[in-house]
Amino acid sequence: MKPLITLAVALALMVGTARAETDIAIGAVEILTGPASAYGIAIRQGFELALDDVNKAGVLGGRKLHLFVEDSAGNKDQAINAARLLIGRDKVVALLGPTLSTEIFAVGPVVNARHIPEIGTSTTATGVTDIGPYIFSTALREADVIPVAIAAAAARGAKNIAILYANDDAFSKSGFDVMKAAAEQHGMKVLATEGFATKDTDFAAQLTKIKALKPDAVGVSALVEPVSGVLLQARQLGFGPETIFIGGNGSNSPKLGEIAGTAADGLLVGTPWAAAKPDPKNQAFVAAYREKYGKEPDQFAAQAYETMFLLAQAIDHSGDATPDHIRDALTKVSHDGILGPFTFNASRSPASTSGVVVLVVKGGKFTVQ
Amino acid sequence: MLSQQLVNGVLLGAVYALFALGFTLMFGVLKVINLTYGFYFTAGAYIALALADYGLWLALPLAAVGSGVAAVVVDALLLTRLRRTGAPELASLMVTLGAVLALNAAMTAWLGPDIRRFPPSMIPATAFALGDTRVTAAQILIFVATIVLVGALLSLIRLTRLGLAIRALASRPDAAGLMGINPARTAAIVSFLSGGLAGAGGVLIALSSNAIQPYMGEEMLLRGFVVIIVGGLGDIRGALIAGLLLGMVETLTAGYIASELKDAVGFLILVLVLWTRPLGLFGRAIIRRA
Repeated sequence: MKPLITLAVALALMVGTARAETDIAIGAVEILTGPASAYGIAIRQGFELALDDVNKAGVLGGRKLHLFVEDSAGNKDQAINAARLLIGRDKVVALLGPTLSTEIFAVGPVVNARHIPEIGTSTTATGVTDIGPYIFSTALREADVIPVAIAAAAARGAKNIAILYANDDAFSKSGFDVMKAAAEQHGMKVLATEGFATKDTDFAAQLTKIKALKPDAVGVSALVEPVSGVLLQARQLGFGPETIFIGGNGSNSPKLGEIAGTAADGLLVGTPWAAAKPDPKNQAFVAAYREKYGKEPDQFAAQAYETMFLLAQAIDHSGDATPDHIRDALTKVSHDGILGPFTFNASRSPASTSGVVVLVVKGGKFTVQ
Repeated sequence: MLSQQLVNGVLLGAVYALFALGFTLMFGVLKVINLTYGFYFTAGAYIALALADYGLWLALPLAAVGSGVAAVVVDALLLTRLRRTGAPELASLMVTLGAVLALNAAMTAWLGPDIRRFPPSMIPATAFALGDTRVTAAQILIFVATIVLVGALLSLIRLTRLGLAIRALASRPDAAGLMGINPARTAAIVSFLSGGLAGAGGVLIALSSNAIQPYMGEEMLLRGFVVIIVGGLGDIRGALIAGLLLGMVETLTAGYIASELKDAVGFLILVLVLWTRPLGLFGRAIIRRA
């Protein structure tokens, strides 16, 4: 027991000494334990990696940012308590997170009422920034990402489309709505829309019907498991490379290659960020992340990394690091980083989708188109 | 398109029938609504996955034996006591419900919730085409296996002394005991057979669906209920016909009416059959016929 106490005291002292009087406290609430902790941990790593960079020069003439991270465990109440703790005890001037949309809907009103700016980095639900004028989001929604993939299919000459979707899942259904609207917007004729259940493993009836219609493109909005099943069965039923398959955000997972293998080849997926994006800033980020954490960064780490630079710039431009001035500075922030040129629009969401990358599966792996 | 849809319907029907064979045997003979059946189905697929390197023809029988043994053990642990005390049917239903929740949760904790598949080398993925109609090797295997297993089970039950003992147990357990049949041993054999059928079904169906995950059996169980009730509890030939009927109706509904109705139509059939022929389409269960 005794060595443990000594260690704890030593750690507390280290934390104490690491934080100088002039440091600016910022907070993050993320899922660090439990089944969804992979997301929260990746996000924290993204923040910390960016902080290393930010604190080299500091903000406001050399002041450093100090990040306090609290665990929400994916629980709304714990997330609210964590936010209160960060604001009350640690006096943070800005808050990052939480991880899930359901969490920000609980935490946002509390933070907004305290007039602390909050930026969600992974909260994709619509209406997040409607919580209040202090709530920002850097996460691109499905409605931002899917149309870019549809546009890529249209550019490849797709004139009509059939859409399959899991009709028992809110995420897949909203992706389907976006897909259908985007296809119509690009002048594609929607030949058929077919539903299935997320747990289904047999899609033969729907695919046979679609095959008879000979569509140029087939959109699939579902989680990665059924998307893999649909692709495998489509190949068995004789869909060839002339049909362009388009996935929603659910199919953007390495699982797709593991299950569907080369049956997934040719699938187009839009994503806010991809490790394979060749620009030098992005490659430097991927290399730095790999070196510090010994694994590949994902989309969540990338979005968190980028958000930290936006926040640092806003604090720098605020002049005095007070929450109200940081909020105002955030609305004018502009940064050209790994997500492409980034600014907030009037509703405090990403202003442009120019950073969206369309991936295409080749040999069972995602590659940049 | 029609020929492909008819083939799709027969193949989906074969999947349902294959799943339901052991289920109807267990139900018909042991008179237990044994919800752990889905677990044996899943267990078979995972055992074969672990043995995938040895090839299908070794992994498949070992998976069947493994899940058969699991069924004997679970049945002996959970239900022997209830049988001895003559507990009502609801008690065994609740016990197996609890057991399957625990077994599935344990399997998820151990193996993870991720979906997996057999290595592609296990069975050729190429489809055989006749005109516009295509079938894969795995689908042909499922169809052939279903027909062979139905034939084998019917012969076992109709033509052998063991089959006579099983029928006797199904008909009058106490009288069967008086006639020199060991009910516990016969019940264990029936458990082994149905668990083994479940495991083999799990392997074959996963070969075609490429989706092995801890809850795969649970998702089949509801359709399994439809098949064995429509076919008649304990009626093996009925399970085959009801399975094919369900597969065909679902496929044609999704292909020609609306895919949104695919799931509903099976349960509509169930309600109609229960209204008009509560003992199933073919009346009395075959196993119980002397």
